[in-house]
Amino acid sequence: MITETSTYALTTRKLTLAYEGKVVIESLDLAIPTGKITILVGPNGCGKSTLLKGLGRLLKPIQGVVYLGSESIAKLSTKVIAQRLGLLPQGPTAPEGLTVKDLVSQGRYPHQGWLQQWSKEDEKQVNWALSITQMQEFAHLALDNLSGGQRQRAWIAMTLAQDTEILLLDEPTTYLDLAHQMEILDLLYDLNQQQQRTIVMVLHDLNQACRYGDHLVAVKAGTIYDQGHPTQVMTAKMVQEVFDLESRIVSDPVAGTPLCIPIGRKGGMTSVVSCLNV
Amino acid sequence: MKQQWLILRPPGLPMSFHLDHRVPGIVVGLVIATFVAMVVSVGQGEYYVPPVAVIRTVLGLETDNPDYAFIVMTLRLPRTLVAWGVGMGLAIAGTITQGITRNPLASPDIVGVSDGASLAAVTLIVLFPGFPTALIPLAAFGGALTVAVLVYLLAWQGGSSSVRLILVGVGFSLIAGSLTNLMVTFGNIYNVSQALVWLAGSVYGRSWEQLNVFIPWLLGFGCLSLVMSRDLNVLQLGDQVARSLGSPLELKRGLLLLSGAALAGSAVATAGNIRFVGLMAPHLGRQMVGPSHEGLLPVAALTGGFVVVVADLLGRLLFAPIELPCGLITAIVGAPYFLYVLIRDRNS
Amino acid sequence: MSTIPQQRRLLRSAMPLGLGLVLGVGLLLFCLMASVGLGVADISPQTVYQALTAFDGSTDQLIIRTVRVPRSITALLVGGAVAVAGAMMQGLTRNPLADPGILGINAGAALAVVGSVFWLGTTSLSVYAGFALLGAAIAAVTVYALGSLGKGGLTPLNLTIAGAAFQVFVSSVTMGILILSQRTLAEIRFWLAGSVAGRDLDLVVQVLPYLVVGMVIALIMGKQLTTLSLGEDIAQGLGQKTAWIKVTAAVSIILLAGGSVAIAGPIGFVGLIVPHIVRFGVGVDYRWILPYSAILGAILLLVADIGARLIIQPQELPVGLVMPLLGAPFFIYLTRWQVRR
Repeated sequence: MITETSTYALTTRKLTLAYEGKVVIESLDLAIPTGKITILVGPNGCGKSTLLKGLGRLLKPIQGVVYLGSESIAKLSTKVIAQRLGLLPQGPTAPEGLTVKDLVSQGRYPHQGWLQQWSKEDEKQVNWALSITQMQEFAHLALDNLSGGQRQRAWIAMTLAQDTEILLLDEPTTYLDLAHQMEILDLLYDLNQQQQRTIVMVLHDLNQACRYGDHLVAVKAGTIYDQGHPTQVMTAKMVQEVFDLESRIVSDPVAGTPLCIPIGRKGGMTSVVSCLNV
Repeated sequence: MKQQWLILRPPGLPMSFHLDHRVPGIVVGLVIATFVAMVVSVGQGEYYVPPVAVIRTVLGLETDNPDYAFIVMTLRLPRTLVAWGVGMGLAIAGTITQGITRNPLASPDIVGVSDGASLAAVTLIVLFPGFPTALIPLAAFGGALTVAVLVYLLAWQGGSSSVRLILVGVGFSLIAGSLTNLMVTFGNIYNVSQALVWLAGSVYGRSWEQLNVFIPWLLGFGCLSLVMSRDLNVLQLGDQVARSLGSPLELKRGLLLLSGAALAGSAVATAGNIRFVGLMAPHLGRQMVGPSHEGLLPVAALTGGFVVVVADLLGRLLFAPIELPCGLITAIVGAPYFLYVLIRDRNS
Repeated sequence: MSTIPQQRRLLRSAMPLGLGLVLGVGLLLFCLMASVGLGVADISPQTVYQALTAFDGSTDQLIIRTVRVPRSITALLVGGAVAVAGAMMQGLTRNPLADPGILGINAGAALAVVGSVFWLGTTSLSVYAGFALLGAAIAAVTVYALGSLGKGGLTPLNLTIAGAAFQVFVSSVTMGILILSQRTLAEIRFWLAGSVAGRDLDLVVQVLPYLVVGMVIALIMGKQLTTLSLGEDIAQGLGQKTAWIKVTAAVSIILLAGGSVAIAGPIGFVGLIVPHIVRFGVGVDYRWILPYSAILGAILLLVADIGARLIIQPQELPVGLVMPLLGAPFFIYLTRWQVRR
């Protein structure tokens, strides 16, 4: 156990989670490596978002334990957890008229008290989060006046201002166009590289997952189908069995990571081949 | 930079705060406006007292008419102060409920406090006409608290939920409302008339006695709310975000709900069902200083206080010598204004 | 994704739902008979039958023909109409808390009637009916107009806000009048509580056409309403002329709710609760929700009215006040178990 804590930021033991009365995750053992980017993939409704909520103590397990480092997460106060672990749920909403800076400064909540509501450290972290997400010029605009991409960056900035060693993000790229998706993923990659933060996120795009992930977890019907480095996990067999989709795995011409090309009914073999020849 | 923060960090102390830069100016403006309205309000009536005399009397200085002291200090000042306090209480309660439910149309009534208070008060006024008027607020507060607790307990289902809270609140409002209507329909017509004035919300005849009972509630729970403004800020980002930011959600929400219910309950108990202030004041406040609660709560409170003081003044002037309850004025003036604001905002 | 199984399920359930409807009508007839027979003077079914077929002028038969029958028919019509109007409001605004009250219909009718008593000194139920209908129509049109001034036109939220603000405004004016004039209060407070007692058949016949036309429009619109309740964009995408649907629905609601308030005074609760209860049983298809709401609403009001006569005999309570007392506990119970989040 103790030797594991240095290498694993979060571990689960026989974790069983239920959502609205239905068991979604059953008796699951999972270890999230410290300082790496772990990506959860799987079809709709497989339980990956539920799992993320369970890891971030938003869902109370029916059975089993989540360990934050070596400590059981159920025994830590929610504020202490929030100082070490940040979580951004899917599609959060803010009240009308809230400015970006207002929102980002909420990320400092776990570090504040009744008397200490806006320390120099708070100010420093918020400014850092605003600048690294390139939101400084929008800091005093209301969130409802921003584009979807800017809004998502503001929420990520809030999670960053929380200044935690672990970040859990549920589909941080939904509703964004491709350029903005890449922007967010590059930002998270930089954070991981420069500050060794542990990042766990749910992504739908398998190719982005392979490009950015150090550790890929394929979830199928509440259990782990396979996990490991993307090159090992991302196989045509995995895509077939987890997503029920016929595909071909080739090498990403840019990064060399696996690239999943779905076959579908229209393309057939020939078009995939001809596409690659070009 | 359009908006800036005022930052307060007393050197050498482990303290730090921040506020929207618009807050101090607006607070000062509201306090001055309220003061003027109060002086005018205390001066108005069958027996006119000039503004300077009002101020001198309140400060305990000599005036040229010995009757002024009685008129101002005993008859009119407590009434105006009650109007001010009740307006503030309702406004804070409204701000809290809108923050917790994340619903801009929520008012403190959602947990049924007004209906509970109304039922208790109307029952006493109609069925026991001999009951001392001064004690009615106490009974009304009991009614408010009973209903609020029942609603919260019944809406609790392994956790609280705003939707369940609203729906169970609606259920209790219906029950309490129809029992109240039963009294109104079958009671002695003279008592029913009085009950209607109470139902409409009025500060008529309120004295120091009622003010003194109300003040501790206003101060206690008003301060508690202000202290918890940081938690309210986090709660209005949604349950999931609030919990992942480390807020002990159920505890904070419970405490805030308690403050809201206590403030609304004590206000309704003191002055009846003054409508629209709890709904309107938070909106006006948000337009002035934005949605951060450390600035919004005091600004909304002062707005609410000002509105009720002015409404009481208007209620006495419009159809003089007949008095209209100030709760009717807030609704009749407030509803169209509210509509206008929403339509204007939505078109811009 | 699940539309095809859903459609199959709908087809499969058409049979039992149709059967349920027939059963409902049976239950409704039973309640109607009970309502005619029960009261301060209990009258046997045999006498009831004779009173309707072979009238001999006895006291019991006279009670049946002049008091009980008109009253029961009123309860049946009003209950059905208000419930259907409520179901339509909820479909139209996609707001589960909507009922005819939210369009300001009851408040508008109340103000018109109270105003007529205050200024014109009217005293008869049939004159009230005229004013109530007028007030209801003006209120609904005003709320619609105000709601469409907001951003995005007549969205559910705009309609709800406009309705809520209008309602508070109008009911405050009403209350102001009642406070200023004790005579008006004494005259009108029984009417304001909502009751079906003392209504004669002439009054019912006078308002019946409005209710029938409103009901026919409502039942025809079931399919359109189901589509609209999926959301305005989707409905438009499916080729629906949503603006036209909304106006037609409004006409139907004004006729149903306005007609009801004209006969029986403002009766709340039925319009809010019945559609919810129906939805637990038959799902989200308004082709079923509307007829079921009509039947259940009628049953509920008949039963509540029987209760209103029997609770404290020989004193009668207005049914508008009894119904929430009987129904709200049930509503709270449902909320506890049905609202998961």
